[in-house]
Amino acid sequence: MTAFSSFLFNYLNGVTANVYEPVSVATRAAEVWAHEPWLAIGWLALGMAVMLGFLVVIGMGLIYGERKIAGHFQCRLGPMRVGWHGLLQVIADTLKLLVKEDVVPAKADKVLHVLAPVLAIMATLLALAIVPATPWFQLIDVNIGVIYVTAVGSIGVLGVLIGGWSSNNKWSLLGAMRAGAQIISYEVSATLALLIIVLFAGSLQLSTIVESQADGWWIWRSHLAGIVAFFTFLIASTAELNRTPFDLPEGESELTAGFHTEYSGMRFAFFFLAEFINMFVASAIAATLFLGGWMPFQIAGLDGFNAVMQAIPPGVWFAVKTGGLIFLLMWFRWTFPRLRIDQLMGLEWKFLLPVGFVNLLFAAVLILMGWYFAPIPA
Amino acid sequence: MIESILDNNLITFLILLVSVGALVGLFIGLSVFLGPKRTSKVKDSPFECGWIVTTDAWRPFPIKYYLVAILFIIFDVEVAFLYPWAVSFGNLGMAGFISMMVFLAILFVGLYYAIKKRVLDWR
Repeated sequence: MTAFSSFLFNYLNGVTANVYEPVSVATRAAEVWAHEPWLAIGWLALGMAVMLGFLVVIGMGLIYGERKIAGHFQCRLGPMRVGWHGLLQVIADTLKLLVKEDVVPAKADKVLHVLAPVLAIMATLLALAIVPATPWFQLIDVNIGVIYVTAVGSIGVLGVLIGGWSSNNKWSLLGAMRAGAQIISYEVSATLALLIIVLFAGSLQLSTIVESQADGWWIWRSHLAGIVAFFTFLIASTAELNRTPFDLPEGESELTAGFHTEYSGMRFAFFFLAEFINMFVASAIAATLFLGGWMPFQIAGLDGFNAVMQAIPPGVWFAVKTGGLIFLLMWFRWTFPRLRIDQLMGLEWKFLLPVGFVNLLFAAVLILMGWYFAPIPA
Repeated sequence: MIESILDNNLITFLILLVSVGALVGLFIGLSVFLGPKRTSKVKDSPFECGWIVTTDAWRPFPIKYYLVAILFIIFDVEVAFLYPWAVSFGNLGMAGFISMMVFLAILFVGLYYAIKKRVLDWR
């Protein structure tokens, strides 16, 4: 048990001194495997348990949050009946969906129809594993982290396409085709925006990227390039999430429910859950790359202020940044009207993509000349 | 040997894959087990706003989606090609910058051509 106690000691010390050594759960398990294999298995089991628990909490929390926020934006109260201020509403809904009939249409491709939501949710959950929530909790920390996120995340579009096609329903097919065209289009801009930060940080590993922001978040330090990339990523990921200014694939007023028209019960719930977890992953990645992840907010020269900021645990910083971005995404939904499909495609290919390329050029020049804000010498 | 595999995060990834799959499978299994199963001809037909379904949905689809997919492949492969360049940009210096800008310029001509050809006009 020495590893546990020393970990605890290091963590508590870290909270006061703000010295963290980011260690992923996988690395931690690998370190102790040789002499204490059971401890390694314990770490892995703990990691999985926390991960799955995290997943349920995020999913339910976001659904509750969305309903409450949507309610208050429209001068309603949102769910109020089940539990205190409707807190148990999501659990009640889950139970209801669990005992609902699982309908597979007679004309559908049955294997693919069952497979699609599984694919959608698996992709999002695997993407969740790499998010560096705190220095001491990141399930896996591969050295190609950014590529991992985009690669695993884009498997989700297969779930949407397969789900819509296999239903053998015209609305589903239309929704799926629109979703496919939209997601793959905006994927290019999102990856280009992430590329800017890779260019500045010189690494693809998410923990290294977070560490590189100890002296300032990339959104501030990279002059205009980081800000432009941040907004490009925000717009592109809103489109990838099929959220409201870009919710053509699910436009209720024209396509019933889009690609998940023929889904019911738990498999519908999985599509829904995948969408919310995706929202969390996109916000978490934006917070990690642009807003410094779990790094506290610091202002050079204000030592007292910095000390107060450093006393706040990194997990709280990460939660606040991610939560803020999620709130922004929910806010979009009640602010912007839905785009037309030609406007949608025009925005990506004729505006965001050229802007992304020019921004890349600009960032490359900045780095070549060394014009970005370098760490201030202590 | 096992340490190096664990260090590569591969085992953790596989364990996560299996446990997530098990969780999802458990929930779907539970819902199939708990939910009712009542079928009828009308209920199992595709939803079509109450009309009787006349045609299959699996039929040829507009070509513009296909064009978008082709463009996506071109640009996404190109962005994937940019990643190793971005990681090692600090060591490449001016030569790396110029060669990549030539590459991007050629791509940009391609995008301009696609726009001028009205590929992306979504008629």
